[in-house]
Amino acid sequence: MPTFEYAPAPESRSVVDLQSSYGLFINGEFVDSRGGTPFKTISPATEEVLAEVCEASAEDVDRAVAAARAAFGSWSSLSGADRGKYLFRIARIMQERAREFAVLESLDNGKPIKESRDVDVPIAAAHFFYHAGWADKLAYASLGQNPRPHGVVGQVIPWNFPLLMLAWKIAPALATGNTVVLKPAETTPLTALLFAQVCQQADLPPGVVNIITGAGPTGQALIAHQDVDKVAFTGSTAVGKAIARTIAGTRKKATLELGGKAANIVFDDAPVDQAVEGIVNGIFFNQGHVCCAGSRLLVQESIAQEVEDKLKARLATLRVGDPLDKNTDIGAINSAEQLERINTLVKVGEDEGATRWSPECELPANGFWFRPTVFTGVSQTHRIAQEEIFGPVLSVLTFRTPGEAVSKANNTPYGLSAGIWTEKGSRILWMADQLKAGVVWANTFNKFDPTSPFGGYKESGYGREGGRHGLSAYVTTGAAT
Amino acid sequence: MSTRTTQTRTTQTRKTPGKGTSPDRVDVRKTYKLYIGGAFPRSESGRSYEVYTTGRSPKFLANAAQGSRKDARDAVVAARKAQPGWAGATAYNRGQVLYRVAEVMESRRAQFVSEVRAAEGLTPTRAEATVSAAIDRWVWYAGWSDKYAQVLGGLNPVAGPFFNISAPEPTGVVAALAPQSSSLLGLVSVLAPIIVSGNTSVVLASQDRPVPAITLAEALATSDVPGGVVNLITGHTAEIAPWLASHRDVNAIDLTGAADVEGLTWGDLEATAATNLKRVLRPAGTTATATEPDFTTEPGLDRLEAFLETKTVWHPKGR
Repeated sequence: MPTFEYAPAPESRSVVDLQSSYGLFINGEFVDSRGGTPFKTISPATEEVLAEVCEASAEDVDRAVAAARAAFGSWSSLSGADRGKYLFRIARIMQERAREFAVLESLDNGKPIKESRDVDVPIAAAHFFYHAGWADKLAYASLGQNPRPHGVVGQVIPWNFPLLMLAWKIAPALATGNTVVLKPAETTPLTALLFAQVCQQADLPPGVVNIITGAGPTGQALIAHQDVDKVAFTGSTAVGKAIARTIAGTRKKATLELGGKAANIVFDDAPVDQAVEGIVNGIFFNQGHVCCAGSRLLVQESIAQEVEDKLKARLATLRVGDPLDKNTDIGAINSAEQLERINTLVKVGEDEGATRWSPECELPANGFWFRPTVFTGVSQTHRIAQEEIFGPVLSVLTFRTPGEAVSKANNTPYGLSAGIWTEKGSRILWMADQLKAGVVWANTFNKFDPTSPFGGYKESGYGREGGRHGLSAYVTTGAAT
Repeated sequence: MSTRTTQTRTTQTRKTPGKGTSPDRVDVRKTYKLYIGGAFPRSESGRSYEVYTTGRSPKFLANAAQGSRKDARDAVVAARKAQPGWAGATAYNRGQVLYRVAEVMESRRAQFVSEVRAAEGLTPTRAEATVSAAIDRWVWYAGWSDKYAQVLGGLNPVAGPFFNISAPEPTGVVAALAPQSSSLLGLVSVLAPIIVSGNTSVVLASQDRPVPAITLAEALATSDVPGGVVNLITGHTAEIAPWLASHRDVNAIDLTGAADVEGLTWGDLEATAATNLKRVLRPAGTTATATEPDFTTEPGLDRLEAFLETKTVWHPKGR
């Protein structure tokens, strides 16, 4: 396959107007932290400092929760139609400022502009549109009798889809009448702060959305805050378990969307070229920083070599580099810390005897980068077949029968997603029944939609986000107490 | 919960309740055992504990098997083994099986009434009403077996050329702490919503009122419920519950019966359950206190939903 040379095609940064430092967004305005330590957020592609933000202190968390509490009464008693109209406004402004959001997301996160532009930002806006329409129809949503909001919701989101995860969290919370304190990830605070400006432009009542930046301790203080009624978290399974312990014995509700180690299962009757595209999308989309990534390829033994050859040929054409270049397929690893974790697990994979392969490709001198990597000869006991790497690293295993594919796919404490590639309809439906995973993609992978519930089995967390199911996490039902 | 061990043992010749047997006849009493994997073993620990009637002057009822950690683990193994088959049965079939439980209970109604009277200290009228409600609850859930999936699932109108559908599936193996006061109706109200969807269960019976639970196990054993779908342990709740909360092959835990158990804090069990992120159904009540719910009202779908997982399947559309 010829490799085409591409001239650089960078997206302009001029659309983004970065401030040198940002405060916290509490009660409708940007305020200085009280006692919090400032820290810098950088572009992982260049290590250039983008802005300074503040690690919110316990007092800041208190202030933000108090603002959300104060706003709750009027926000929850607003008519559903009016709440919906605020959400529609937000959705529209996100669309109007879509390019700005996309560029800023790629700058702060390192993801390719084609992904932030075509996936993150439009789906984020779509979440607000979708939930705006629910706000005045909750009585029809089969959520139970007398659905009503919990109160103040504390939300902590990860760095892999900063704006999209914000939308998944805030849109259903607001539609159901809750007020929110949200903490974006330490390494990717900027689009959340831009979203705060959107709330101002939309004239959202002060205190309905509060955004506080910070790292683990800030998130912990928010989750543990006694005036928070419900928590929602997306992130690692280890932190998810800590959150479950923190709220044990309280009446706080929780949704946890955690890690995964998805099997992408390719049968010998699959359309191989499509399957190879699906494998690539499954694990190399967003540098593999995806909780539902298809990080374990289970390929039927009879076509294993063919798939491997085609996969390697395809990977050789991927372009790794500048996230703002419109032709870039794989951007930067989000942080030095994450790069270190990937390096560690890849080293373990080599030490345990799996065969490592990467295409030749030049990596930029600065920033955090990792070549797309495929391990073959992987067995189920290898750590690279068990642990979430959260990077562009695929582990290839083989199977002979559908039963063996199922048992290998389910042989993990996780249960977030799975992929099936076959032309046989009855096999798809049988496999889908057997797989212990919250989302099953058949002859496709990594598709997301506001109407489609997302969330995992087992240690991938509990609760669903999206669709009618996602609403239920934000309401309490039954007789008023 | 009061411990009965300090109480004076009042052994007496007990007439079989409600039956006109000759006063001269020495009745045949039953050894009360556990129910694991469809069989009725004694506790592997060899232990038993005394069970008394509820009332002003508690009378000795039985030496119930005092289940152990090992019994609980055996029960989890049995529940895991039975789970794929039970979940794989058609919803129509599971509905008929649950209905059959109601039929068998109805035929042993007199026994249930006298045991609930003894266990809970109820008047004959209230005991009758309680047993009726317990039987009717099986009928209620039997009808749900092939309906909740349509109510809770459905097609999702995604913005693209895809077929996309969400459907509920059973969570897997569910441990349950049965209510301490409502020994039969409460037990059924906890158990039926767990198993109707294809989960299998390990149930800790009411510690001081286990006899109706054991009789329910006998009804289950004779009503087409496959062995291992329901496993029932009698014994000390505070001793066994932590092992179920920490067990890595248990997918969810129902803490309803953690209310009013001495030496047990439900928050500790919930924290332990985070080991493998079990789904936790908290006991009723507000803040850290727990209360036993009123089981006489219509249950709603909350309990059934607590032990379901939503699975969403995507497939492209094309020519």
